[in-house]
Amino acid sequence: MYAEGRLTGTIHTCIGQEACAVGVVTPLLDDDIIVSNHRCHGHYLARYMDIKGLVAEIMGLDSGICGGIGGSQHLYRENFYSNGIQGGMVPAALGMVLAESKKRKDSISVAFIGDGTLGQGIVYESMNIASLWSVPILFVIENNLYAQSTPISLNLAGSIADRPKSFGIEARSCGNDLEDIYATAASMTEYVRNERKPACMIINTYRLAAHSKGDDTRDFDELKHWKGNDPMLAVRTSLGPLADDLEIECRHFVDREIEGIDGSQGNHGRNSG
Amino acid sequence: MLGEDILDPYGGAFKVTKGMSSRWPERVLTTPISEAAFTGIAAGMALRGARPVIEIMFGDFITLAFDQIANHITKFSMMYNGGVECPVVIRAPMGGGRGYGPTHSQSLEKHFIGIPGLNVAPISRFHDLDSFYSHFILKESRPTLIIENKKMYGQEYIGTVTEHRIFNVDLKGGPIPSVLLTPVSTGKADVCLISYSGGGDIAIDAAEELLMEHEIHTSVLILGSLSPLPLTVLEEAITDVSQVVVVEEGSRVSGIGAEIAAALMEQCFHKLRAPIQRITSGDGIIPCAADKEARFLPGPKSVIDQVLRMPGVS
Ligand SMILES: Cc1ncc(C[n+]2csc(CCOP(=O)(O)OP(=O)(O)O)c2C)c(N)n1
Repeated sequence: MYAEGRLTGTIHTCIGQEACAVGVVTPLLDDDIIVSNHRCHGHYLARYMDIKGLVAEIMGLDSGICGGIGGSQHLYRENFYSNGIQGGMVPAALGMVLAESKKRKDSISVAFIGDGTLGQGIVYESMNIASLWSVPILFVIENNLYAQSTPISLNLAGSIADRPKSFGIEARSCGNDLEDIYATAASMTEYVRNERKPACMIINTYRLAAHSKGDDTRDFDELKHWKGNDPMLAVRTSLGPLADDLEIECRHFVDREIEGIDGSQGNHGRNSG
Repeated sequence: MLGEDILDPYGGAFKVTKGMSSRWPERVLTTPISEAAFTGIAAGMALRGARPVIEIMFGDFITLAFDQIANHITKFSMMYNGGVECPVVIRAPMGGGRGYGPTHSQSLEKHFIGIPGLNVAPISRFHDLDSFYSHFILKESRPTLIIENKKMYGQEYIGTVTEHRIFNVDLKGGPIPSVLLTPVSTGKADVCLISYSGGGDIAIDAAEELLMEHEIHTSVLILGSLSPLPLTVLEEAITDVSQVVVVEEGSRVSGIGAEIAAALMEQCFHKLRAPIQRITSGDGIIPCAADKEARFLPGPKSVIDQVLRMPGVS
Protein backbone atom coordinates (compact mmCIF):
# COMPACT_ATOMS: atom_id res chain seq x y z
CA MET A 1 0.00 0.00 0.00
CA TYR A 2 2.99 2.30 0.45
CA ALA A 3 3.97 1.59 -3.13
CA GLU A 4 0.46 2.44 -4.27
CA GLY A 5 0.63 5.71 -2.36
CA ARG A 6 -2.33 4.75 -0.16
CA LEU A 7 -0.13 4.88 2.93
CA THR A 8 2.43 7.51 3.85
CA GLY A 9 4.58 8.08 6.89
CA THR A 10 5.76 5.23 9.01
CA ILE A 11 4.30 2.19 10.73
CA HIS A 12 5.37 -0.23 13.46
CA THR A 13 3.55 -3.54 13.30
CA CYS A 14 3.10 -5.95 16.22
CA ILE A 15 3.65 -9.05 14.08
CA GLY A 16 5.17 -11.66 16.40
CA GLN A 17 4.02 -9.73 19.47
CA GLU A 18 0.28 -10.27 19.08
CA ALA A 19 0.13 -12.45 22.19
CA CYS A 20 1.51 -9.61 24.35
CA ALA A 21 -1.39 -7.42 23.35
CA VAL A 22 -4.13 -10.02 23.67
CA GLY A 23 -2.74 -11.61 26.82
CA VAL A 24 -2.32 -8.37 28.74
CA VAL A 25 -5.44 -6.58 27.58
CA THR A 26 -7.91 -9.47 27.99
CA PRO A 27 -7.98 -9.51 31.81
CA LEU A 28 -8.48 -5.73 31.99
CA LEU A 29 -11.78 -4.13 32.93
CA ASP A 30 -13.47 -1.58 30.70
CA ASP A 31 -12.53 1.34 32.91
CA ASP A 32 -8.84 0.48 33.09
CA ILE A 33 -6.49 2.83 31.34
CA ILE A 34 -3.96 1.76 28.73
CA VAL A 35 -1.06 3.84 27.56
CA SER A 36 0.90 2.55 24.66
CA ASN A 37 3.82 3.43 22.45
CA HIS A 38 4.75 3.52 18.77
CA ARG A 39 4.00 -0.23 18.48
CA CYS A 40 0.39 0.23 19.50
CA HIS A 41 -1.79 -1.44 16.88
CA GLY A 42 -2.04 -4.77 18.72
CA HIS A 43 -2.77 -3.12 22.06
CA TYR A 44 -5.50 -1.06 20.45
CA LEU A 45 -7.09 -3.93 18.54
CA ALA A 46 -6.99 -6.20 21.58
CA ARG A 47 -8.88 -3.54 23.45
CA TYR A 48 -11.50 -2.45 20.92
CA MET A 49 -11.39 -4.89 17.96
CA ASP A 50 -11.81 -1.78 15.86
CA ILE A 51 -10.02 -2.71 12.66
CA LYS A 52 -11.93 -0.23 10.58
CA GLY A 53 -11.07 2.75 12.79
CA LEU A 54 -7.41 1.78 13.05
CA VAL A 55 -6.88 1.09 9.37
CA ALA A 56 -8.65 4.32 8.44
CA GLU A 57 -6.42 6.18 10.89
CA ILE A 58 -3.25 4.68 9.44
CA MET A 59 -4.48 5.61 5.97
CA GLY A 60 -5.01 9.19 7.09
CA LEU A 61 -8.76 9.17 6.50
CA ASP A 62 -11.29 11.39 8.22
CA SER A 63 -13.03 8.24 9.43
CA GLY A 64 -9.92 7.18 11.38
CA ILE A 65 -10.11 7.20 15.15
CA CYS A 66 -8.13 10.45 15.29
CA GLY A 67 -9.29 11.79 11.94
CA GLY A 68 -6.05 10.76 10.26
CA ILE A 69 -4.19 13.40 12.23
CA GLY A 70 -2.50 11.09 14.72
CA GLY A 71 -1.73 8.29 12.32
CA SER A 72 -0.13 4.97 13.13
CA GLN A 73 1.49 5.82 16.45
CA HIS A 74 -0.74 8.50 17.95
CA LEU A 75 -4.00 6.79 18.85
CA TYR A 76 -6.72 7.77 21.26
CA ARG A 77 -10.03 6.26 22.12
CA GLU A 78 -11.85 6.31 25.47
CA ASN A 79 -9.29 4.83 27.89
CA PHE A 80 -6.55 4.23 25.35
CA TYR A 81 -3.72 6.64 24.59
CA SER A 82 -0.52 6.16 22.58
CA ASN A 83 2.34 8.43 21.62
CA GLY A 84 5.51 8.10 19.56
CA ILE A 85 7.91 9.58 22.09
CA GLN A 86 9.59 6.73 23.94
CA GLY A 87 8.82 6.66 27.64
CA GLY A 88 6.91 9.92 27.62
CA MET A 89 3.54 8.33 28.30
CA VAL A 90 4.60 6.44 31.41
CA PRO A 91 4.17 9.31 33.89
CA ALA A 92 0.85 10.16 32.24
CA ALA A 93 -0.31 6.63 33.02
CA LEU A 94 0.45 7.28 36.67
CA GLY A 95 -1.36 10.59 36.60
CA MET A 96 -4.44 9.19 34.90
CA VAL A 97 -4.93 6.42 37.39
CA LEU A 98 -4.27 8.78 40.29
CA ALA A 99 -7.09 10.96 38.97
CA GLU A 100 -9.38 7.98 38.32
CA SER A 101 -8.74 6.55 41.77
CA LYS A 102 -10.54 9.54 43.20
CA LYS A 103 -13.64 8.49 41.27
CA ARG A 104 -13.57 4.73 41.65
CA LYS A 105 -11.56 2.48 43.84
CA ASP A 106 -10.75 -0.38 41.50
CA SER A 107 -9.36 1.12 38.30
CA ILE A 108 -5.78 0.51 37.30
CA SER A 109 -3.58 1.62 34.48
CA VAL A 110 -1.25 -0.30 32.23
CA ALA A 111 1.78 1.19 30.50
CA PHE A 112 3.36 -0.69 27.61
CA ILE A 113 7.00 0.01 26.83
CA GLY A 114 9.72 -1.82 24.92
CA ASP A 115 13.09 -2.96 26.22
CA GLY A 116 14.79 -0.10 24.40
CA THR A 117 12.72 2.42 26.30
CA LEU A 118 14.44 1.34 29.49
CA GLY A 119 17.06 3.82 28.28
CA GLN A 120 14.78 6.70 29.23
CA GLY A 121 15.26 8.17 32.68
CA ILE A 122 11.61 9.11 32.98
CA VAL A 123 10.73 5.42 33.21
CA TYR A 124 12.71 5.16 36.45
CA GLU A 125 11.42 8.46 37.78
CA SER A 126 7.94 7.07 37.23
CA MET A 127 8.73 3.71 38.82
CA ASN A 128 10.12 5.45 41.88
CA ILE A 129 7.03 7.61 42.32
CA ALA A 130 4.67 4.72 41.54
CA SER A 131 6.19 2.75 44.38
CA LEU A 132 6.49 5.71 46.71
CA TRP A 133 2.86 6.72 46.25
CA SER A 134 1.43 3.20 45.79
CA VAL A 135 0.09 3.90 42.32
CA PRO A 136 -1.99 1.02 40.88
CA ILE A 137 -0.14 0.69 37.59
CA LEU A 138 1.11 -2.33 35.70
CA PHE A 139 4.31 -1.63 33.77
CA VAL A 140 4.46 -4.03 30.84
CA ILE A 141 7.87 -4.39 29.25
CA GLU A 142 7.77 -6.11 25.89
CA ASN A 143 11.33 -7.30 25.57
CA ASN A 144 11.74 -8.13 21.91
CA LEU A 145 15.54 -7.99 22.16
CA TYR A 146 15.86 -5.01 19.82
CA ALA A 147 15.31 -1.31 19.72
CA GLN A 148 15.00 -0.35 16.09
CA SER A 149 18.36 -1.65 14.73
CA THR A 150 20.11 -1.94 18.08
CA PRO A 151 20.36 -5.32 19.84
CA ILE A 152 19.71 -5.35 23.55
CA SER A 153 23.37 -6.17 24.20
CA LEU A 154 24.28 -2.65 23.04
CA ASN A 155 21.38 -1.00 24.82
CA LEU A 156 20.91 -2.43 28.26
CA ALA A 157 23.13 -3.28 31.22
CA GLY A 158 22.03 -5.46 34.13
CA SER A 159 18.75 -7.27 34.52
CA ILE A 160 15.36 -5.94 33.50
CA ALA A 161 13.53 -7.48 36.45
CA ASP A 162 15.99 -6.04 38.95
CA ARG A 163 15.05 -2.54 37.84
CA PRO A 164 11.46 -2.49 39.15
CA LYS A 165 12.50 -4.67 42.08
CA SER A 166 15.04 -2.07 43.18
CA PHE A 167 12.13 0.33 43.63
CA GLY A 168 10.23 -2.26 45.65
CA ILE A 169 7.97 -3.10 42.71
CA GLU A 170 6.78 -6.69 42.27
CA ALA A 171 8.09 -8.09 38.97
CA ARG A 172 7.47 -11.26 36.97
CA SER A 173 8.55 -12.53 33.58
CA CYS A 174 6.84 -14.72 31.02
CA GLY A 175 7.45 -16.11 27.55
CA ASN A 176 5.98 -15.32 24.16
CA ASP A 177 3.00 -17.60 24.63
CA LEU A 178 -0.59 -16.46 24.88
CA GLU A 179 -1.58 -18.73 27.78
CA ASP A 180 1.51 -17.79 29.73
CA ILE A 181 1.10 -14.07 29.11
CA TYR A 182 -2.59 -14.18 29.92
CA ALA A 183 -2.06 -16.10 33.17
CA THR A 184 0.70 -13.73 34.26
CA ALA A 185 -1.27 -10.64 33.32
CA ALA A 186 -4.42 -11.91 35.05
CA SER A 187 -2.66 -12.48 38.33
CA MET A 188 -0.61 -9.29 38.15
CA THR A 189 -3.54 -7.05 37.29
CA GLU A 190 -5.45 -8.63 40.16
CA TYR A 191 -2.52 -7.84 42.45
CA VAL A 192 -2.35 -4.22 41.25
CA ARG A 193 -6.12 -3.84 41.54
CA ASN A 194 -6.47 -5.31 45.00
CA GLU A 195 -3.24 -4.20 46.63
CA ARG A 196 -3.32 -0.74 44.98
CA LYS A 197 0.37 -1.09 44.27
CA PRO A 198 2.50 -1.01 41.12
CA ALA A 199 3.77 -4.16 39.47
CA CYS A 200 5.89 -4.93 36.48
CA MET A 201 5.53 -7.70 33.95
CA ILE A 202 8.27 -8.57 31.51
CA ILE A 203 7.33 -10.42 28.35
CA ASN A 204 10.16 -12.11 26.49
CA THR A 205 8.95 -11.73 22.96
CA TYR A 206 10.28 -11.05 19.47
CA ARG A 207 9.08 -8.98 16.58
CA LEU A 208 8.86 -10.96 13.38
CA ALA A 209 8.58 -8.03 10.99
CA ALA A 210 10.81 -5.04 10.41
CA HIS A 211 11.04 -2.29 13.04
CA SER A 212 9.09 0.06 10.83
CA LYS A 213 8.53 0.09 7.11
CA GLY A 214 11.36 -2.10 5.89
CA ASP A 215 14.52 -1.58 7.85
CA ASP A 216 15.64 -4.98 9.14
CA THR A 217 19.29 -5.80 9.67
CA ARG A 218 18.81 -8.82 11.95
CA ASP A 219 20.38 -12.21 11.50
CA PHE A 220 18.38 -14.45 9.21
CA ASP A 221 18.88 -17.61 11.28
CA GLU A 222 17.79 -15.83 14.42
CA LEU A 223 14.68 -14.64 12.65
CA LYS A 224 13.98 -18.16 11.43
CA HIS A 225 14.33 -19.53 14.94
CA TRP A 226 11.81 -17.05 16.26
CA LYS A 227 9.42 -17.69 13.39
CA GLY A 228 9.18 -21.17 14.86
CA ASN A 229 8.17 -19.52 18.14
CA ASP A 230 5.47 -17.39 16.58
CA PRO A 231 2.74 -17.23 19.23
CA MET A 232 0.15 -17.49 16.46
CA LEU A 233 1.45 -20.97 15.64
CA ALA A 234 0.91 -22.07 19.23
CA VAL A 235 -2.60 -20.66 19.18
CA ARG A 236 -3.27 -22.50 15.93
CA THR A 237 -2.04 -25.77 17.38
CA SER A 238 -4.13 -25.41 20.51
CA LEU A 239 -7.21 -24.71 18.42
CA GLY A 240 -6.73 -27.93 16.47
CA PRO A 241 -9.11 -28.44 13.55
CA LEU A 242 -11.01 -25.26 14.45
CA ALA A 243 -8.05 -23.12 13.44
CA ASP A 244 -8.69 -23.11 9.70
CA ASP A 245 -12.33 -22.16 10.01
CA LEU A 246 -11.50 -19.48 12.50
CA GLU A 247 -8.84 -18.06 10.27
CA ILE A 248 -11.23 -17.85 7.35
CA GLU A 249 -13.78 -16.21 9.58
CA CYS A 250 -11.18 -13.68 10.80
CA ARG A 251 -10.11 -12.84 7.28
CA HIS A 252 -13.70 -12.29 6.26
CA PHE A 253 -14.22 -10.12 9.28
CA VAL A 254 -11.19 -8.00 8.41
CA ASP A 255 -12.20 -7.80 4.78
CA ARG A 256 -15.67 -6.64 5.72
CA GLU A 257 -14.23 -4.03 8.06
CA ILE A 258 -11.92 -2.49 5.50
CA GLU A 259 -14.01 -2.96 2.38
CA GLY A 260 -14.18 0.29 0.47
CA ILE A 261 -12.60 2.09 3.39
CA ASP A 262 -11.08 4.86 1.30
CA GLY A 263 -13.66 4.77 -1.43
CA SER A 264 -11.46 2.58 -3.63
CA GLN A 265 -11.77 -1.17 -4.35
CA GLY A 266 -12.02 -3.54 -1.41
CA ASN A 267 -9.13 -5.64 -0.27
CA HIS A 268 -10.48 -9.13 -0.93
CA GLY A 269 -7.89 -11.81 -1.20
CA ARG A 270 -5.11 -9.70 0.25
CA ASN A 271 -3.20 -11.06 3.16
CA SER A 272 -4.78 -9.22 6.00
CA GLY A 273 -4.19 -11.77 8.75
CA MET B 1 29.91 10.69 17.26
CA LEU B 2 27.06 9.60 19.51
CA GLY B 3 23.44 8.77 18.78
CA GLU B 4 20.79 6.11 18.42
CA ASP B 5 21.03 3.35 15.82
CA ILE B 6 24.01 4.99 14.13
CA LEU B 7 26.12 1.87 13.60
CA ASP B 8 26.56 0.07 10.30
CA PRO B 9 24.95 -1.58 8.50
CA TYR B 10 21.93 0.49 9.57
CA GLY B 11 23.81 3.77 9.65
CA GLY B 12 21.20 5.89 11.41
CA ALA B 13 17.49 6.39 10.83
CA PHE B 14 18.28 8.69 7.90
CA LYS B 15 21.54 6.93 6.95
CA VAL B 16 23.61 10.04 7.57
CA THR B 17 26.25 8.13 9.57
CA LYS B 18 26.41 5.20 7.17
CA GLY B 19 29.97 3.95 6.79
CA MET B 20 31.32 5.87 9.76
CA SER B 21 31.29 3.09 12.32
CA SER B 22 33.05 0.73 9.91
CA ARG B 23 35.75 3.28 9.33
CA TRP B 24 36.12 4.56 12.90
CA PRO B 25 34.69 1.85 15.16
CA GLU B 26 35.99 3.37 18.41
CA ARG B 27 34.76 6.84 17.60
CA VAL B 28 31.17 6.06 16.73
CA LEU B 29 29.14 5.20 19.81
CA THR B 30 25.62 3.92 19.44
CA THR B 31 23.65 4.81 22.54
CA PRO B 32 20.60 3.53 24.32
CA ILE B 33 17.43 5.61 23.81
CA SER B 34 18.73 8.20 26.26
CA GLU B 35 18.80 11.61 24.61
CA ALA B 36 19.34 13.51 27.84
CA ALA B 37 22.18 11.26 28.92
CA PHE B 38 24.11 11.12 25.68
CA THR B 39 23.79 14.87 25.18
CA GLY B 40 25.22 15.32 28.67
CA ILE B 41 27.95 12.79 27.96
CA ALA B 42 28.92 14.79 24.88
CA ALA B 43 29.02 17.86 27.10
CA GLY B 44 31.49 16.13 29.40
CA MET B 45 33.62 15.02 26.48
CA ALA B 46 33.69 18.54 25.06
CA LEU B 47 34.62 20.04 28.43
CA ARG B 48 37.70 17.82 28.42
CA GLY B 49 38.87 18.72 24.95
CA ALA B 50 37.04 16.26 22.70
CA ARG B 51 34.96 17.34 19.71
CA PRO B 52 31.78 15.31 20.00
CA VAL B 53 28.98 15.30 17.44
CA ILE B 54 25.62 13.94 18.47
CA GLU B 55 22.71 12.91 16.33
CA ILE B 56 19.18 13.41 17.58
CA MET B 57 17.33 10.81 15.51
CA PHE B 58 14.29 12.99 14.88
CA GLY B 59 14.72 16.66 15.79
CA ASP B 60 11.52 16.40 17.81
CA PHE B 61 13.36 14.34 20.43
CA ILE B 62 15.69 17.25 21.18
CA THR B 63 13.15 18.31 23.79
CA LEU B 64 14.43 15.44 25.92
CA ALA B 65 17.90 16.99 25.80
CA PHE B 66 16.71 20.54 26.35
CA ASP B 67 17.91 20.79 29.92
CA GLN B 68 21.38 19.62 28.97
CA ILE B 69 21.50 22.25 26.22
CA ALA B 70 19.89 25.16 28.06
CA ASN B 71 21.23 24.63 31.58
CA HIS B 72 24.49 22.83 31.00
CA ILE B 73 26.17 22.90 27.59
CA THR B 74 25.53 26.58 26.92
CA LYS B 75 26.09 27.65 30.50
CA PHE B 76 29.51 26.24 31.30
CA SER B 77 31.72 28.64 29.40
CA MET B 78 30.12 31.86 30.63
CA MET B 79 29.24 30.55 34.09
CA TYR B 80 32.84 29.52 34.72
CA ASN B 81 33.92 32.95 33.53
CA GLY B 82 35.46 31.73 30.30
CA GLY B 83 37.52 29.06 32.00
CA VAL B 84 36.12 26.27 29.84
CA GLU B 85 34.64 25.64 26.40
CA CYS B 86 31.94 23.16 25.48
CA PRO B 87 31.81 22.92 21.69
CA VAL B 88 29.29 20.10 21.34
CA VAL B 89 27.77 19.78 17.88
CA ILE B 90 24.17 18.59 17.85
CA ARG B 91 22.68 17.48 14.55
CA ALA B 92 18.91 17.47 14.42
CA PRO B 93 16.74 16.48 11.45
CA MET B 94 13.73 18.78 11.47
CA GLY B 95 10.74 19.28 9.27
CA GLY B 96 7.74 17.48 7.84
CA GLY B 97 6.38 16.50 4.49
CA ARG B 98 6.95 12.80 5.02
CA GLY B 99 3.77 11.84 6.83
CA TYR B 100 5.45 11.17 10.17
CA GLY B 101 2.88 13.16 12.09
CA PRO B 102 2.79 15.40 15.14
CA THR B 103 5.82 14.09 17.10
CA HIS B 104 8.20 13.34 14.24
CA SER B 105 7.85 16.29 11.85
CA GLN B 106 8.33 19.50 13.76
CA SER B 107 10.76 22.35 13.21
CA LEU B 108 11.75 23.18 16.76
CA GLU B 109 14.75 25.41 16.05
CA LYS B 110 12.88 28.52 17.15
CA HIS B 111 13.04 27.27 20.73
CA PHE B 112 16.83 27.35 20.55
CA ILE B 113 17.64 30.66 18.89
CA GLY B 114 17.17 32.51 22.14
CA ILE B 115 19.60 30.45 24.18
CA PRO B 116 22.67 32.62 24.78
CA GLY B 117 25.91 30.97 23.72
CA LEU B 118 24.40 28.53 21.23
CA ASN B 119 24.98 28.67 17.49
CA VAL B 120 21.95 27.56 15.51
CA ALA B 121 23.02 26.75 11.96
CA PRO B 122 20.69 25.42 9.27
CA ILE B 123 22.37 23.55 6.45
CA SER B 124 20.95 23.98 2.97
CA ARG B 125 21.53 22.28 -0.35
CA PHE B 126 23.66 25.28 -1.41
CA HIS B 127 26.13 25.08 1.43
CA ASP B 128 29.46 23.36 0.97
CA LEU B 129 28.97 20.34 3.20
CA ASP B 130 32.60 19.92 4.06
CA SER B 131 33.32 23.46 5.14
CA PHE B 132 29.96 23.79 6.90
CA TYR B 133 30.40 20.75 9.13
CA SER B 134 34.13 21.05 9.62
CA HIS B 135 33.73 24.65 10.75
CA PHE B 136 31.42 23.73 13.61
CA ILE B 137 33.02 20.42 14.46
CA LEU B 138 36.64 21.56 14.40
CA LYS B 139 36.84 25.34 14.69
CA GLU B 140 33.99 26.66 16.80
CA SER B 141 34.49 27.26 20.48
CA ARG B 142 30.75 27.49 21.16
CA PRO B 143 28.21 24.68 21.04
CA THR B 144 26.19 24.40 17.84
CA LEU B 145 22.81 23.06 16.89
CA ILE B 146 22.78 22.09 13.21
CA ILE B 147 19.36 21.96 11.61
CA GLU B 148 19.01 19.49 8.76
CA ASN B 149 15.69 19.44 6.95
CA LYS B 150 14.61 15.81 6.53
CA LYS B 151 13.42 16.34 2.99
CA MET B 152 16.98 17.22 2.01
CA TYR B 153 18.14 13.65 2.62
CA GLY B 154 16.23 12.54 -0.44
CA GLN B 155 17.09 15.53 -2.60
CA GLU B 156 19.91 16.28 -4.97
CA TYR B 157 22.80 18.16 -3.39
CA ILE B 158 23.58 21.40 -5.20
CA GLY B 159 26.66 22.76 -3.45
CA THR B 160 28.34 26.05 -4.22
CA VAL B 161 27.21 27.15 -7.66
CA THR B 162 27.06 30.55 -9.33
CA GLU B 163 23.76 29.95 -11.08
CA HIS B 164 20.70 27.93 -10.20
CA ARG B 165 17.62 27.79 -12.41
CA ILE B 166 16.80 31.44 -13.19
CA PHE B 167 18.96 32.87 -10.41
CA ASN B 168 22.47 34.09 -9.84
CA VAL B 169 23.83 32.60 -6.65
CA ASP B 170 26.11 34.55 -4.32
CA LEU B 171 27.55 33.63 -0.96
CA LYS B 172 27.26 36.42 1.57
CA GLY B 173 29.04 36.88 4.88
CA GLY B 174 30.81 34.30 6.98
CA PRO B 175 32.28 32.26 8.49
CA ILE B 176 29.27 30.26 7.36
CA PRO B 177 27.86 32.21 4.45
CA SER B 178 24.25 32.83 3.63
CA VAL B 179 23.15 32.20 0.07
CA LEU B 180 21.56 34.96 -1.99
CA LEU B 181 19.69 34.08 -5.18
CA THR B 182 18.75 36.96 -7.47
CA PRO B 183 16.96 36.70 -10.81
CA VAL B 184 19.53 36.49 -13.61
CA SER B 185 17.42 38.71 -15.86
CA THR B 186 17.59 41.85 -13.75
CA GLY B 187 20.16 41.15 -11.09
CA LYS B 188 17.93 42.87 -8.58
CA ALA B 189 14.59 42.27 -6.97
CA ASP B 190 11.46 43.95 -5.76
CA VAL B 191 10.59 41.27 -3.21
CA CYS B 192 13.00 39.45 -0.92
CA LEU B 193 12.12 36.06 0.53
CA ILE B 194 14.18 35.11 3.56
CA SER B 195 14.38 31.48 4.57
CA TYR B 196 16.74 28.68 5.59
CA SER B 197 17.33 24.97 5.15
CA GLY B 198 14.33 23.22 3.54
CA GLY B 199 12.34 26.46 3.52
CA GLY B 200 14.77 27.70 0.88
CA ASP B 201 13.26 25.31 -1.66
CA ILE B 202 9.79 26.66 -1.02
CA ALA B 203 11.08 30.20 -1.44
CA ILE B 204 12.95 29.38 -4.66
CA ASP B 205 9.91 27.73 -6.23
CA ALA B 206 7.80 30.72 -5.22
CA ALA B 207 10.34 33.24 -6.50
CA GLU B 208 10.58 31.48 -9.85
CA GLU B 209 6.83 31.42 -10.31
CA LEU B 210 6.49 35.04 -9.18
CA LEU B 211 8.88 36.07 -11.93
CA MET B 212 7.64 33.75 -14.67
CA GLU B 213 3.92 34.11 -14.07
CA HIS B 214 3.58 37.50 -12.44
CA GLU B 215 6.72 39.40 -13.49
CA ILE B 216 7.61 40.12 -9.91
CA HIS B 217 11.36 40.08 -9.45
CA THR B 218 12.02 38.15 -6.31
CA SER B 219 15.26 37.26 -4.56
CA VAL B 220 15.79 34.53 -2.01
CA LEU B 221 18.14 34.69 0.96
CA ILE B 222 18.95 31.31 2.50
CA LEU B 223 20.47 31.92 5.89
CA GLY B 224 23.57 30.06 7.02
CA SER B 225 22.96 31.00 10.63
CA LEU B 226 19.84 31.62 12.69
CA SER B 227 21.75 32.44 15.82
CA PRO B 228 23.55 34.72 15.65
CA LEU B 229 21.58 36.30 12.80
CA PRO B 230 23.81 37.70 10.02
CA LEU B 231 22.47 41.23 10.32
CA THR B 232 24.70 42.85 7.72
CA VAL B 233 23.76 40.19 5.18
CA LEU B 234 20.09 40.60 6.00
CA GLU B 235 20.30 44.37 5.65
CA GLU B 236 22.04 44.13 2.32
CA ALA B 237 19.50 41.63 1.02
CA ILE B 238 16.50 43.79 1.87
CA THR B 239 18.01 47.05 0.67
CA ASP B 240 15.95 48.50 -2.20
CA VAL B 241 13.22 45.86 -2.13
CA SER B 242 9.67 46.90 -1.42
CA GLN B 243 8.55 43.72 0.32
CA VAL B 244 10.18 41.28 2.70
CA VAL B 245 8.71 37.88 3.52
CA VAL B 246 10.20 35.35 5.92
CA VAL B 247 9.39 31.75 5.05
CA GLU B 248 9.73 29.07 7.72
CA GLU B 249 8.25 25.64 8.29
CA GLY B 250 7.82 26.01 12.03
CA SER B 251 4.91 27.55 13.87
CA ARG B 252 4.28 31.27 13.75
CA VAL B 253 4.32 32.79 17.20
CA SER B 254 7.77 33.64 18.56
CA GLY B 255 9.25 32.08 15.46
CA ILE B 256 12.33 32.72 13.36
CA GLY B 257 10.34 35.23 11.30
CA ALA B 258 9.39 37.20 14.39
CA GLU B 259 13.03 37.46 15.41
CA ILE B 260 14.19 38.45 11.94
CA ALA B 261 11.46 41.08 11.68
CA ALA B 262 12.36 42.55 15.06
CA ALA B 263 16.08 42.50 14.27
CA LEU B 264 15.58 44.21 10.89
CA MET B 265 13.42 46.87 12.45
CA GLU B 266 16.13 47.64 14.97
CA GLN B 267 18.89 47.45 12.40
CA CYS B 268 17.45 49.30 9.44
CA PHE B 269 13.88 50.40 9.98
CA HIS B 270 14.32 53.22 7.46
CA LYS B 271 14.97 50.76 4.67
CA LEU B 272 11.76 48.82 5.12
CA ARG B 273 9.00 49.98 2.83
CA ALA B 274 6.28 47.70 4.18
CA PRO B 275 5.68 45.52 7.22
CA ILE B 276 7.65 42.30 7.09
CA GLN B 277 5.38 39.32 6.47
CA ARG B 278 5.70 35.78 7.78
CA ILE B 279 4.81 32.52 6.06
CA THR B 280 4.72 29.67 8.55
CA SER B 281 2.91 26.43 9.22
CA GLY B 282 -0.66 26.54 10.48
CA ASP B 283 -1.69 27.02 14.05
CA GLY B 284 -1.85 23.51 15.46
CA ILE B 285 -0.05 20.21 15.10
CA ILE B 286 1.30 18.50 12.00
CA PRO B 287 -1.16 15.85 10.80
CA CYS B 288 -0.08 12.43 9.59
CA ALA B 289 -2.46 12.27 6.65
CA ALA B 290 -0.67 13.44 3.51
CA ASP B 291 -3.37 15.81 2.29
CA LYS B 292 -3.90 17.36 5.70
CA GLU B 293 -0.15 17.72 6.23
CA ALA B 294 0.26 19.39 2.86
CA ARG B 295 -2.44 21.92 3.73
CA PHE B 296 -0.86 22.56 7.11
CA LEU B 297 2.74 23.16 6.04
CA PRO B 298 3.77 26.21 4.05
CA GLY B 299 4.40 25.76 0.35
CA PRO B 300 5.22 27.97 -2.63
CA LYS B 301 1.56 28.77 -3.10
CA SER B 302 1.18 30.32 0.33
CA VAL B 303 4.22 32.50 -0.36
CA ILE B 304 2.97 33.56 -3.77
CA ASP B 305 -0.49 34.38 -2.43
CA GLN B 306 1.03 36.48 0.31
CA VAL B 307 3.23 38.43 -2.10
CA LEU B 308 0.32 39.05 -4.46
CA ARG B 309 -1.80 40.29 -1.57
CA MET B 310 0.72 42.93 -0.65
CA PRO B 311 -0.07 46.48 -1.62
CA GLY B 312 2.28 48.01 -4.14
CA VAL B 313 3.31 44.71 -5.70
CA SER B 314 2.19 43.51 -9.15
C1 LIG C 1 12.42 9.76 22.75
C2 LIG C 1 12.53 8.93 21.53
N1 LIG C 1 13.75 8.62 21.06
C3 LIG C 1 13.88 7.88 19.93
C4 LIG C 1 12.78 7.43 19.26
C5 LIG C 1 12.92 6.67 17.95
N2 LIG C 1 12.51 5.29 18.12
C6 LIG C 1 11.25 4.88 17.80
S1 LIG C 1 10.99 3.29 18.18
C7 LIG C 1 12.55 3.11 18.78
C8 LIG C 1 12.98 1.82 19.35
C9 LIG C 1 12.15 1.46 20.51
O1 LIG C 1 12.59 0.26 21.04
P1 LIG C 1 11.75 -0.50 22.12
O2 LIG C 1 11.35 0.40 23.23
O3 LIG C 1 12.52 -1.71 22.49
O4 LIG C 1 10.42 -0.92 21.37
P2 LIG C 1 10.27 -1.83 20.07
O5 LIG C 1 10.42 -0.93 18.89
O6 LIG C 1 11.31 -2.89 20.13
O7 LIG C 1 8.90 -2.35 20.16
C10 LIG C 1 13.27 4.30 18.66
C11 LIG C 1 14.67 4.48 19.05
C12 LIG C 1 11.52 7.80 19.78
N3 LIG C 1 10.37 7.43 19.17
N4 LIG C 1 11.41 8.52 20.92
